Amino acid sequence: MKKLLSTVAMAALVSFGATGAQAQEPIRIGVLATLEGTYTVLGEDGVRGLKTALAKWNNTAGGRPIEIIIAATDASPDSAVRAARKVVEQDGVDFVIGPLSGSEGIAIRDYAKTQPDVTFINGSSGAMETTYVTPAENFFRYNMDGAQWSVGLGEYIYNEKGYETVATVGEDYSFVYTQVFGFAIDFCKAGGEITERFWVPLGTKDFGSIIAALPDDVDAIYLGLGGGDAVNFLNQYMQAGGEAKLIGGTIMVDGTVLNSKGAAKEALIGTPSAGPQADTWDDPKWQEYVKLYQDTFPEDERFPIPSLLATGYYNSMDAALTCIDQIGGELGEGQADFRQCLATIELDAPNGTITLDDKRQAIGSNFVSEVVQLADGSLATQMVMKVDGINQTLGLDPEAFDAIGLPGRDTPECKSEY
Amino acid sequence: MAVTEHPGGETARQGSGFWPSVWNAPASRWGFAAILLLIPAAAGDFWLLQVYGWTFALGIVALSLQFLGGYGGMVSLAQMTIAGFAGYMVAIFGTSSVEHISLGWPWWLNIPAAIFLAVIFGTITGALAVRTEGIYTIMITLAIAAAFFFFVNQDYVLFNGFSGFNSVLPPTLFGVDWREPTAYYYMTLFFAVLAYGVVLYVSRSPFGLALQGVRDNPRRMAALGFNVTAHRIAAYAFASVIAAVGGLLLVWSNAQVSPGTQSIDWVINILIIAVVGGMSRPIGPFIGAFIFVLLENWSETALAWVGLSPERFKLVIGLGFLAIVLWSRDGVLGIWESWRARSRRDPLTGRAPGDDA
Repeated sequence: MKKLLSTVAMAALVSFGATGAQAQEPIRIGVLATLEGTYTVLGEDGVRGLKTALAKWNNTAGGRPIEIIIAATDASPDSAVRAARKVVEQDGVDFVIGPLSGSEGIAIRDYAKTQPDVTFINGSSGAMETTYVTPAENFFRYNMDGAQWSVGLGEYIYNEKGYETVATVGEDYSFVYTQVFGFAIDFCKAGGEITERFWVPLGTKDFGSIIAALPDDVDAIYLGLGGGDAVNFLNQYMQAGGEAKLIGGTIMVDGTVLNSKGAAKEALIGTPSAGPQADTWDDPKWQEYVKLYQDTFPEDERFPIPSLLATGYYNSMDAALTCIDQIGGELGEGQADFRQCLATIELDAPNGTITLDDKRQAIGSNFVSEVVQLADGSLATQMVMKVDGINQTLGLDPEAFDAIGLPGRDTPECKSEY
Repeated sequence: MAVTEHPGGETARQGSGFWPSVWNAPASRWGFAAILLLIPAAAGDFWLLQVYGWTFALGIVALSLQFLGGYGGMVSLAQMTIAGFAGYMVAIFGTSSVEHISLGWPWWLNIPAAIFLAVIFGTITGALAVRTEGIYTIMITLAIAAAFFFFVNQDYVLFNGFSGFNSVLPPTLFGVDWREPTAYYYMTLFFAVLAYGVVLYVSRSPFGLALQGVRDNPRRMAALGFNVTAHRIAAYAFASVIAAVGGLLLVWSNAQVSPGTQSIDWVINILIIAVVGGMSRPIGPFIGAFIFVLLENWSETALAWVGLSPERFKLVIGLGFLAIVLWSRDGVLGIWESWRARSRRDPLTGRAPGDDA
């Protein structure tokens, strides 16, 4: 009992210290990234993207040094809330950048409502609900959602590739629902048909039963997987002798998979997909950003080309630092000045200009691309089509868009008119 | 500490009763209680919510395992699942940001319903598990925990799948926002003390003594006319009440319940908390929870101090627990045997009863 007593007394003492210390000078930013679980590689590259932006700004904005505190999550909503609570309530950061994954984003939106004095800038999470349904006043998202990232793909594969029937395999959570939502609307409007939709839990290791159940009378299979799941699926699919034509979800053909070890990724060569970037785009601003990323990290500690997670976190950090610089380092009463700037800024991003709508959701450009093998043998995506000015309702009339319903396992229905 | 095996000490304890033992507690305990009550005056919000509040909430869930394990000899890995189940029920019956599922019942209907259903769930779990012993109890409760985790992960009709429920907040009673740090601290402290007291009381009641008898020698108890199975199932039901209360507090603390809340990681964490803290007395789980929360919150910082990559923070947590378990000689596999060995030993001579004969 005595020992316990002294432990508690000590804890109470330490508590004094914790409340007393609050740094005035540097701006402190909490960063949420998936550094555990199936999306670890994605989280690591997200952090690299964020550090690339810091390097661009030389770790200073508005005359104040920038200090970041990184908290690890594992793509589950509860881990995201725990990590956010740590950086906000324990470390007392000025604002938060993150999270990375879809359902985390929904949880952080609701957490943000309980912390009205702290600003939250999304990292790269792409569930539609996060900003579309009951958005939080203090939550800003500079990346498009999963459905926006799918724009153009359905039309491209129907018209150019001639795929008329497709089955989908996806991880069973909000982001992939949103991705398939965007894909289905595009593809079904063009005249295509989705015959079956398979859903697997996030972090699935054994895809045997799914691979066995895949239909062989479809023109192609859409893969909405990411990180470790994507690599595991490809390996097992190749071993099972799979030969179907593939269509990639956004994080399926991202640098995080294309740079994985082993030969399975070669199954992806020629695979069409869509997302917020095309790795080999020749736009000077994009090339400048790629160079900055490459210069910031030694070659063996990064990907040859930043992944879209890196780009997402880069843009979020860049927007935040641009605003801090504009308002001279003073965030204002209740961070009002900072938020005003964030809401109205026109971000000159490497992957096209980004503006926010009235729900603080990005409007931007999307890239339809195909996987190519570069001269050095590595894989990358090459742009075949670019669509600009995509809003969250995918160009549909808001009422017609709402009538479709929120993304889910069976939503939207596949039909030719929405 | 199997009181049934020491008739002399047993009578003395029963004679002194429960309440006198509380009022006549040594001064150090009163001092400890005073410190607990005064902590909010000194501690910051983070400490109140994320350290002490979390310690009490996790401690309550682990306490339900301590009751089953320490007094009933049944190591149930389903306690976190029962806690999470209660959290899900309160989200489904009450209010959350998932408006198409949550029913929005008032708190006085919602909370009892959640606890009641959790107790039914826990009792059914118990009814399945009591026919097994030792490692098999662990296996069957682990199976139930895993099944529930995968079920909620994929069920979207009732449990909203991977995303679960956000904005699950405690009711505003007596004009107090119970999620405000000081209020949350006192709420969790209140329930922790209540649960502690109730477990202590029950452990000395006829039911608790019979349960300890069942733990030590089920055959003899059955021969004496006790219904062994019924006692064990009743113990599960009682532990479920405690786990459910802990579950509600946990869910309110993060305002969120999702499959991760009772993932296998957390199921194991509760076991670690109970084992590290000690299974023999109801204070153990709270000590274990405090150590766990400190490690969980500060291992990253500690790594950064010594210049290692903070990404390896799980290593520190693992090493910390390894050290404690080694030091306290209460490894997971040895739990079962060491209780039995300890309960046979005479506290004065240190000898097992068989040695005298």
